[in-house]
Amino acid sequence: MTTSPEEHIIYDGRIKMPYTWAAGKTSSYFLTQLRDYGRLWGTRCPDCAMVYMPPRKNCPRCVVTDTTWVELPPRGVLETFTVVHFSEPSLQPMEPPYIYGIVRLDGADTGLTHLVSEIEPNRLRSGMRMEAAFKKLEQRRGEITDLLYFRPEGGGRQ
Amino acid sequence: MSQRVGIIGFGQTYHRSRRDDVTGIELINEAVRSALEDAELTIKDIDAVVIGNMDHFEAVNYVDTWSVDGSGAWMKPLIKLTTGGTTGSTLGIAGYHHAASGLFDVVLVIGWEKNSESDTTGAIITCSDPIFDRFSFSGALPGLAVEASAYIKRYGITEEDAARVAVRDRTHGANNPYAQLQTPVTVEEVMKSPMLSWPIKLLDICPRSDGAAAVIFAGERKARQMCPQPAWVHSTAVRHSHAYFCDVNYEELHTLEGAVRELYDHVGIKEPLKELDVVELYQPYSFAGLKWIEAMGLCKPGESPRLIWDGATDMGGELPFNPSGGVICTNCIGATGLLRIGEAALQVMGRAAGRQVPDVNLALATGFGGAYWSDLMLLGRRPW
Amino acid sequence: MTDIAIVGAAQTPYQRCRDDANFAEMIYEVTCGALADAGLGISDIDNFITVSNDFWDGRTISSMAVQDACGSSFEGGRNVSTVEGDGTFGLLYGMMRILSGAYQTTLVVVHCKGSEGNMRQITNGMFDYIYTRPLGIEAIGAAALQARRYMDSYNITEEDFAHVSVKNRGNALRNPHAQLAAEMTVEEVMASKPIASPLKLHDLSPISDGAAAVILAHRNVADKLGRKPVWVKGIAHCSEAHFLGDRDLAEAPALRDASRRAYQMAGIKKPFAEIDVVELYDAFSYMEPLWLEELGFCPRGKGGELARLGATAFDGPVPVNPSGGVLSAHAVLVAGLARVIEAALQVRGEAGERQVEGPVEFALAHGINGPCGQSHCVVILGE
Ligand SMILES: [Zn+2]
Repeated sequence: MTTSPEEHIIYDGRIKMPYTWAAGKTSSYFLTQLRDYGRLWGTRCPDCAMVYMPPRKNCPRCVVTDTTWVELPPRGVLETFTVVHFSEPSLQPMEPPYIYGIVRLDGADTGLTHLVSEIEPNRLRSGMRMEAAFKKLEQRRGEITDLLYFRPEGGGRQ
Repeated sequence: MSQRVGIIGFGQTYHRSRRDDVTGIELINEAVRSALEDAELTIKDIDAVVIGNMDHFEAVNYVDTWSVDGSGAWMKPLIKLTTGGTTGSTLGIAGYHHAASGLFDVVLVIGWEKNSESDTTGAIITCSDPIFDRFSFSGALPGLAVEASAYIKRYGITEEDAARVAVRDRTHGANNPYAQLQTPVTVEEVMKSPMLSWPIKLLDICPRSDGAAAVIFAGERKARQMCPQPAWVHSTAVRHSHAYFCDVNYEELHTLEGAVRELYDHVGIKEPLKELDVVELYQPYSFAGLKWIEAMGLCKPGESPRLIWDGATDMGGELPFNPSGGVICTNCIGATGLLRIGEAALQVMGRAAGRQVPDVNLALATGFGGAYWSDLMLLGRRPW
Repeated sequence: MTDIAIVGAAQTPYQRCRDDANFAEMIYEVTCGALADAGLGISDIDNFITVSNDFWDGRTISSMAVQDACGSSFEGGRNVSTVEGDGTFGLLYGMMRILSGAYQTTLVVVHCKGSEGNMRQITNGMFDYIYTRPLGIEAIGAAALQARRYMDSYNITEEDFAHVSVKNRGNALRNPHAQLAAEMTVEEVMASKPIASPLKLHDLSPISDGAAAVILAHRNVADKLGRKPVWVKGIAHCSEAHFLGDRDLAEAPALRDASRRAYQMAGIKKPFAEIDVVELYDAFSYMEPLWLEELGFCPRGKGGELARLGATAFDGPVPVNPSGGVLSAHAVLVAGLARVIEAALQVRGEAGERQVEGPVEFALAHGINGPCGQSHCVVILGE
């Protein structure tokens, strides 16, 4: 088989599909509490006592055990972080450079991955105390990003 | 070291058109709990987990790792398989090989789908080749309709013949508390239902469902320890032959013919109509319940309407089909093939409650999907 | 020790964009290559495993595209299954289907064209859609969180990671299949463009197109073939928790668990002393030392020293990624099976310029699934 001159046709395609993901009863409670009151609820396993953030309906380790709600303070410890420099506008919530971190809220056994702001990147340290900053009430939509980002406890600086 | 394998537990969700009260992970967990409860096991007894669905229905990449919180696969061997409509049967067959290989003793197999979360047809269309097939001949319905019309033309069967198949499955579905559709219908109602793509009408075809299924396979020693009557796996066979829809022979279902020949030869079945006791056929639409039972060798080509009208495949007939109501009553796609296996296992174990066929020795479960692919698993009361 | 051997293998060269062939044609290429390598015909194969991913292929039921190309539809069709995940998992399931007694031979094929999709959107799709995806995080951002956690837990430095990139890209100079091969210095890696701190451009694997195939056979068949079989001595897989915050990202307990079971099967007690060559899934430079720690090649927290002190160098006591590793070519899914193929070539003594010194009694290959190596498969090959 020959083609002359050699040419490789590139076929442009795009799958664009709308999805409607049900948050379910458990996450809906978390998200409405976040939206309406700026409160953060984790779940505790009555069997192994693990406290999960984000909340889980059943304990991932005990599997057959339903968890119970436990309110967590909007404060905790930065476990790790990264400053993102590359640009992917189709995904990214803001212009790079910006920061991701994992913050373990006080009383939780697991960390929450989220954005970190109000701090110079070179001042970031694992183990720092962080606090949650929330969107204004009227801007909250029942999404994880109603929690705007974490910042150094006691107020960060831009 | 290879070992014989039995099914020792089966769990499923109550299937619905949508389950907004749970996420996919939580839906999976319902089926897992139900299977563990059924087998009287805890998650600690599980040595490996097998899971699958069709990616584009929920747009989750790496469903295996994403769903660990619900599946119970935390710190366990975990693998994902997916083959389109045959996903569920592929998963069940994988569960069998996991245990049969001797590498694992007790294997939890999970199939699931939340078809409410996307446009089912939109997602299926993307299975076609993007350059040659996708713009024209795509999605599940056109292919099935072409298959049905070719079959009508060749053997002079009627739309009423097919409607009678739909009546059978929808009548059976009323016996299954887990089925999404539990309302019996009449031939007239099927005939009067809206035409979707000639000759397929609304009541000829499956719904789309949110649901999950979990089946527990175990090697012989554990199976005997853990379960008074396992459903023993006798044989499996798979044909995923075609890559393009234009390659499919719409007059015959060669994949099913090839797979049943391999399976019958392997276990020595000569007269399937007499020797099999119940069939859970992955039958997404009514016409398949005619043509495909011919491919299975239950009667000569073109003669299936007689079996259907005679009630041979009804509950109480010679070879009951789909006591669960089958795919026409419930179709959470990644779970559907595994539901066939789980339901067939219940029949062998004698635990199918209101949908039990008496004295089941051999039960056949099938899977269908992709470009007219076929999967089979034969289960029996005694180890093979 | 198992009764399964690798009797044939093939891989394409890895390229940034393979626009002269679609992925079915790439599968055909490696299918023919593996059959030729094994000295078998397609009619000798009674079982097939295809490995693909619907997101990277941009089509649902992605396995449909390769059924003809791999030969599973030959003579009216054979038994086949499809694994979605790294190629090592395909190998594992292919093995199971022989060990169950159902089949004698298995062709495992895997393909990926990273060039045809948006890697960042596709890997964002690995994450939970309620809590994590809306943040825009994807494979690189998540890996950066893991790298930082690992550094901070054990005082490992970015330079330690840079040594891995230098070693592996340098090794790739000996591998004609590699996509990125270069003589580099630690300073060059350190000075490369920041991507997501602490990761810089040269800490990252490239986007690649490629395919690979392996033929497995039961002892009954393998012993009769002309070519020296490479035995699967041990194999195991394991997954840990999904949410990044549920894990201590400086550890990989699933890899620890899988490797211990694989070692047990192979009869290995001291991996550093007994394993002669390692091919790891180093999608990012930091992964190599982290995985080596969990594989038991050094105490926890000491992984950073291995490349720096030359222990994992091409001519070191345990060469790691003599092929150049995933850092030098990263066709997703394919990369794990490529590690298996490279390890098999080392056992055969047919790795050409990248053949390590001395006899290879045990070679280790490794693949991962999910974010930050959530799920691992460890394969031990030997003579
Ligand atoms: Zn618990």
